[in-house]
This record gives sequence, C-alpha cells and structure tokens, in this order.
Amino acid sequence: MRPQFAQGILQLAERDDRVALLTGDLGFTVLEPFAERFPDRFFNVGVAEQNMIGVATGLAEAGMVPFAYSIATFASLRPYEFIRNGPALHQLPVRIVGVGGGLDYGHNGVSHYALEDVGVMRLQPGVTIVVPADPAQAAAALEATADLDRPVYFRVGKEAQGIPGLEGRFELGRAALIGSGRDVALIALGPMARQATEAADRLNEADIGATVAVISSLNPSPEEDLAELLADIRLAVTIESHYVNGGIGTFTAEVIAEHGLDSRLIRCGVRDMPRGVTGTVGYLNEEHGLSAERIAETVQIALQPSGR
Amino acid sequence: MGTSAASIGAAIRRTVIDQSRRAHVGHIGSALSVSDLLAVLFGTTMNGTPDDPDRDRFVLSKGHAALALYAALHEAGHLSAEDLDTYCADGSPLGCHPEHPVPGIDFSTGSLGQGLSLAAGAALAARMQRSKRRSFAVLSDAELNEGSIWEAVMFAAHHKLSNLVAIVDVNGQQALGYTRDVIDLHPLADRFGAFGWDVHEVDGHDTETLERTIAGLDVEQGPPHVLLANTTFGYGVDFMESKIEWHYWPLDEHQYASAVEQLEAAR
Repeated sequence: MRPQFAQGILQLAERDDRVALLTGDLGFTVLEPFAERFPDRFFNVGVAEQNMIGVATGLAEAGMVPFAYSIATFASLRPYEFIRNGPALHQLPVRIVGVGGGLDYGHNGVSHYALEDVGVMRLQPGVTIVVPADPAQAAAALEATADLDRPVYFRVGKEAQGIPGLEGRFELGRAALIGSGRDVALIALGPMARQATEAADRLNEADIGATVAVISSLNPSPEEDLAELLADIRLAVTIESHYVNGGIGTFTAEVIAEHGLDSRLIRCGVRDMPRGVTGTVGYLNEEHGLSAERIAETVQIALQPSGR
Repeated sequence: MGTSAASIGAAIRRTVIDQSRRAHVGHIGSALSVSDLLAVLFGTTMNGTPDDPDRDRFVLSKGHAALALYAALHEAGHLSAEDLDTYCADGSPLGCHPEHPVPGIDFSTGSLGQGLSLAAGAALAARMQRSKRRSFAVLSDAELNEGSIWEAVMFAAHHKLSNLVAIVDVNGQQALGYTRDVIDLHPLADRFGAFGWDVHEVDGHDTETLERTIAGLDVEQGPPHVLLANTTFGYGVDFMESKIEWHYWPLDEHQYASAVEQLEAAR
C-alpha cells in the first residue's frame, strides 16, 4: 500500500500547502510523483534520520505539516529521542512514515524488521499510531488525521489488496470488527487482519465462531471497543507482526486486567530476536505462528478441554 | 545604566549568579560563557516579540545554559522578575533546561546534538514561507561530538540555508575535562569551512564585534553561517574561569559574595 499511501500524501498536499515531504533517501518508485508535483516541498535529506526529524520539528513549529519517510526501523528507532524531544514534547504535527512494519522486509533480515516500533511509539503520550490494514484504510486514515495537531506515526505495510469485510473503515481510537462469532476474538494489528480473517474462515469450518477486531490506531486506543468485545468472549488471541511485548498483545492484556475481564489471552507474535533466520514473509509468518493456519491451530488447541 | 549589549551581558551574569545562589544549583560556568552571546542576540539582534509568528527563531542547543537564557529574556522584557524568582522552584516551568511553554522559548532543549536540526528546520520553513526571518542556534563546542550535529551541518550547507546562524560557544570545556583532551575539535574553523559553511572566528565576549559580524552576514543567499565564539567558561568570576567543577557546583555564601563583588566591579 506504499504507492497508495504516497498518493494520499500528494492529495493532501494538493489542498493543504502546509504539507511537505522529507525522506531519508528512500522511496524509489514511490515518492517521485510528489517530488515532481511539489519540488519546493520535497526534500531528500539524505541518510540522516535524526536530522530529518529535527528539521521536521523546526518546520512544524513554523506551521508546516511535514511527513518524514523511511523504512519503519530507521524512521522510528534511529531518531527516537529526536521524536520524543521534538514533535512529542512540542506537540507538533510531524507525520513519521515507517514503511514495512514487522517482518515485511523478509530476506533483508533483522536490521530491517520493525518488531518494536509500535511498542516504543505507544510509550510516548500524545503520539498517535496508525497501522493501516490495507490501501483503503490507509486512505481513510490519512484523511482522518489530516488536521490532527499532534504527531502521528504511520506504519505502512506491504498489503496491496483489500481486506474482505473491512471496506476501508477507519476511526481513530476504534477497532473495526469483522464477523460476530463468540468463541474467540482474533485481535489483529493492521495488515495482520489478512491472516486473522483467513484464520476465522478456517475456524468457521470447524464450527468455531470468531470475531476479528482490527486495531489500526493506538493513542487513542480502542480500549472501550475491546472491553465490550471481550465482556462475553472468553478467548482473546492477539495477532501482530511485532514482538509480543509492547504492542497490541500488551495493550489487550492491559484492557483485560484494568476492566476486570476474565478472558484468556494468547499473544501471537515474535517472541525472540530472529537472529540468523531470513526468508519470505510467508515463511517468517509461519515460523512465528502468524500464518492463518498456525493461528487457527493455536485457537483450536486453546479451545480443547485440555488446552490450557 | 545603558542598554548596550555589553551592559546587558553584565546584567545577565549578575542574574545567573543571584539565581543560581538562590536556587542552589550548578551549570554556572556554562551560563556565564554564553552571557554576552545571548546579550547580543536578545538585546540588539533578533527581531520580533515572542507572539509574532514572523519573529526570528532561537534554539539554545546547549540547554544547560538555560539560566542565562531566562536572564536574557528578563532583560528583553519577556520574563518578569517574579517569574525569574521561580527558577528551579517546585512547579515552575523555569528548570535547568529550557521548555517551550515559557514565552520567548521557541524550542525545548536539554539533550545535546538536537538543536541545530531544529534551527535548520526553522530556517527552511522561513524560506518556504518566503519570510525574511532568521534562525539562530547557540551550540556548545563539546556538543559537536554528537554525530547528528554534522547531519545538520551537511543539510544546511547543501540547501544553502543562508538565514541560519549557528554560534558555537567555544569555551574549551566539557563535562569531564577540556575538549582538547576528550575529543579534540581542532581545527574547528577548517572543519566547518570544509563542510561549506561561512565561518567567523570571534571573541565571544566582545559584544560590538559580535553585533557587527552578525549584521554583516548575507542572510539572503549563500551558505549558512557559523560564529566560532571564543569564550571563557565561568566568565567574570576569577575562581570559576576554566574550572570544570563549576559545571556542577552551586555557590556557597562566601563564593557568592566574591562573585558579586567581581561582577559589579567590572560593570
């Protein structure tokens, strides 16, 4: 959904002359349309992510709305303190765009896997996190955050197709529900909605009813939606291409605990740093229990009488 | 008393000594070394009031000299004596590092190595918005150890941010020793020059030369500017000058009296 996301930024820039685009020397074949349309508002700052965020902060203080684009790890982790002391501290509308969340960069290895970006961003009060599930949701999210006067971290994955049943629904601080099964809640972070809905289909064939809750924004987080959902579903399974700590697995645990719910929680995600193991995203998802088949298996085992 | 930058610098030094004594906190040496730089910037150089969107922008990248900045804002009429007396008090916005909710402080700082990027962004914004406003940043020399500074140095030179003026407080001191012994910066002028900046080596306590140098900069075209301002850590108080312990120590009663006597004698 990168080209569609870049197209969305371009559309914002057409109607809002505060919008500028900075890149840390990435975005080949993706950012050219913006660069050609608005050469005075496009800056390749070079391979210098800290400076990119610092410059974006200076631009935003003067009333601009700069987007700062890089691969998710480089956009979030390298300039993290600049983000904290810059747009987060000053409450300025800097848009950080991290492309390729989780294991998306497959063969590129662990330096390119953003496995803690959502977690570290979630720690910063006032930094909104948006993880679109598909291109339609990405467009809706850009629209929904266009006038937000605080920083946003966009984690833009590689999902190019639409998620069936989602239809581009996006509302800040809300979870989008797909299905209404009451045996298990499959709580998916952004593009993992794909695996979650496919797992729901598999479970349905085995007479297990699932509701998929797609979480595409945090800070504000869909706390009330999850609490309501889990009030009468006894098994919650979180699915995220992220470490199991710090992301939506942790968030769901907080909701269950703080609302006094008695749902069991299983967190699917990456549990250890994937050292020395690369491969296609499909392979990696399978290895980390994030394929539709592995998710369905996890649910079925959990629902067996001896599943605990 | 006149309002020359020199006299403002002297007033800033007196406030630094009075407030650090009252609040019983350190960072005195570093606040004294930038006193004349801030006197020139806030007293006679920068345009616009804090609520003017087209004001010149300022970043105290070496945030630990915040007390000198508060004193400069006070001299410029932006911070009352009552507010100044809350320095480091419980609940006060005036801490040991500057916070942007204070009127007149454009950017919060405190973590070294970040301010030049902010100032470069502010300079770029001015250009994009077709404003003649300038962007000033005061950096410490030790801060140049941070790699991110050089990211900003390269960026500003590449984009010819002529409205960006960096002033490096070259006091030769850093937290655990002299800069020449920790990470030697020599030859600093050559380094900035090699990166494409317009470099000026100046006496950081000669306010008239500072004013003249800044006024003579071409801020409409050409490269960004850096003033390498040679300063004295602990300037004006003989037992503090070039003594690293005054990065840390507060003043006792006897030291305070001696410092005040020296500063007043020099006015």
